[in-house]
Amino acid sequence: MADYNPMELMICVAARNLEDGATVVVGTGAPCAAAMLAQKTHSPNLTVMFEAGGVAPILPAMPISVGDSRTFHKAIMASSMPEIMETCQRGMVDYTFLGGAQIDMYGNINSTMIGNDHAKPKVRFPGSGGANDLASLCWRTMMMTPQDAKRFTEKINFITSPGYLTGGNSRYEAGLPKGTGPYRIITNMAIMGFEETSKRMKVLNVNPGYSRKDIQDNCGFELFWADKITDTDPPHADELRILRDEVDPHRYIIGR
Amino acid sequence: MIADKAVQSLGPLFTNPDPDEARKYFHSKSRTKAGKLMSLKQAVERFVHDGDYLALGGFGTNRTPVAACQEIVRQGRKNMGFAGHTSTHDFQILAAGEVFDRVDIAYIIGLETRGMSPCARAYMESGRVKICEWSNFSLAARLKAAAMGIPFLPTRNMLGTDTFRYSAGKIMTCPFTEKTLALQPALYPDVSVIHVHEADIHGNCRIQGILISDDDLARASKKLIITTERLIHNDEIRNDPAKTVIPYYLVDAVCEVPYGAYPTGMPYEYYSDEKHLKEWLTVQKDSTAFTSFMKHNIHDCPDHAAYIERNGGIDRIKELRAKELMLHKEENHAEL
Repeated sequence: MADYNPMELMICVAARNLEDGATVVVGTGAPCAAAMLAQKTHSPNLTVMFEAGGVAPILPAMPISVGDSRTFHKAIMASSMPEIMETCQRGMVDYTFLGGAQIDMYGNINSTMIGNDHAKPKVRFPGSGGANDLASLCWRTMMMTPQDAKRFTEKINFITSPGYLTGGNSRYEAGLPKGTGPYRIITNMAIMGFEETSKRMKVLNVNPGYSRKDIQDNCGFELFWADKITDTDPPHADELRILRDEVDPHRYIIGR
Repeated sequence: MIADKAVQSLGPLFTNPDPDEARKYFHSKSRTKAGKLMSLKQAVERFVHDGDYLALGGFGTNRTPVAACQEIVRQGRKNMGFAGHTSTHDFQILAAGEVFDRVDIAYIIGLETRGMSPCARAYMESGRVKICEWSNFSLAARLKAAAMGIPFLPTRNMLGTDTFRYSAGKIMTCPFTEKTLALQPALYPDVSVIHVHEADIHGNCRIQGILISDDDLARASKKLIITTERLIHNDEIRNDPAKTVIPYYLVDAVCEVPYGAYPTGMPYEYYSDEKHLKEWLTVQKDSTAFTSFMKHNIHDCPDHAAYIERNGGIDRIKELRAKELMLHKEENHAEL
């Protein structure tokens, strides 16, 4: 029995992808925890930004809102939404994290609605917020999500935020900045990237306790597999200690 | 300039982006440095009308003009347009009052990590509200275009998505670089409300912490109501003019409303009241209980001070101030 839960694993894996000296725009919850963990381990110079305007805060605690005063606590700048979005558009933001109700094989994400009638949806969700902007303009988009065949679906009801659209070069042909796009999808079962030419989702690592069959069975489309699949390096003791004691001592995120 | 006919959006444009129409309005707007002090009740009576397009300052549950939202519901405004620019608690108050019938959506219904508002969700799923999809950057760019007095701003978001398809944006090929650009039409709200830290009686305003889009919103709005934590003397404004983010000539009404963002947070003043926000989200699940909750907290309250008094009064505010200022280490964590 592993001595960590899936959320802790996803946060540790996400944190390892944020290298020292990079910039990342995060929201609340798990992405914020991943950025805080990265800062307290291998990336002390990771610059964290929040879309409402907070730049490089020293986070005293987990913010509850993206515009929460914690997001600019002892920050280097309390700016504005245009300032952050324009910085993304200029190409100075390396990473971002998104969530959503549905994702397809090209990493397109739905956080708007379920149903076929946009005017009268079966289920209405909040919509893009800043997600479309960050997915369009940051260099690399990551997602942390539990994996099941309903969420990982062949056809999503609404493309709120762009992945690789219909694959190949379609993302750039639509006009989105060259070189941007989904980078890692981190689930409780596996870590996925995207195949270079088709831009289809491709499994890179298998998490401890799961088989290839589990991963494919819990995905509504056919996954590609890397030539060399390796096991995910599980959370290290020091990562878990910092995550539990310093990043999220009240278990708001890792207790979910 | 080549418009791409192949990629058309389907959404309705609720406001007129014509800069000359806006100039005509702004030409007629008073520049006199009159005293603009009035009660929030008077300001809403005078400047917020049925059918108007409304926008609000703040973001999420931060510096949200809650007192104004509750006054608008109390006065029974209907058929308004609304800019849902990461609109959370403000959105659920206005949805509960069925104040709007058309919404430009960036983020609605949700209260970020706290979950979704049942009444707002039901209202949006009823089919009674006309909607147009955008994103936070798009709405910010639309306000900035209006603030600049131009009909649109080009951006590089939204391209290739359903968010664009159900927006009222357009696509253009850049005449200089041949890049494909999304065009965000200027948004001139009929009336806006912004909650600030300090203002003088003429409407010169200071905001501490993040501005979000409120500098642009103030400039884009035809009519602007300011609610302020406290009034300061004009001398103080003149002693440090770099702190002024909204000059008086943009402002129509100044209302002194201490704790006017409660139960949302006000940077450096008070943290959000998570207990009360949770009560809001929970009580909506029972429609009878929600009706009496609305009566108790909005319709039966003459003003915001009475509402706060009914929810713990100054003692609760003191707790939220201690939490905002992190006076006690154990209170640092958001959900305590």
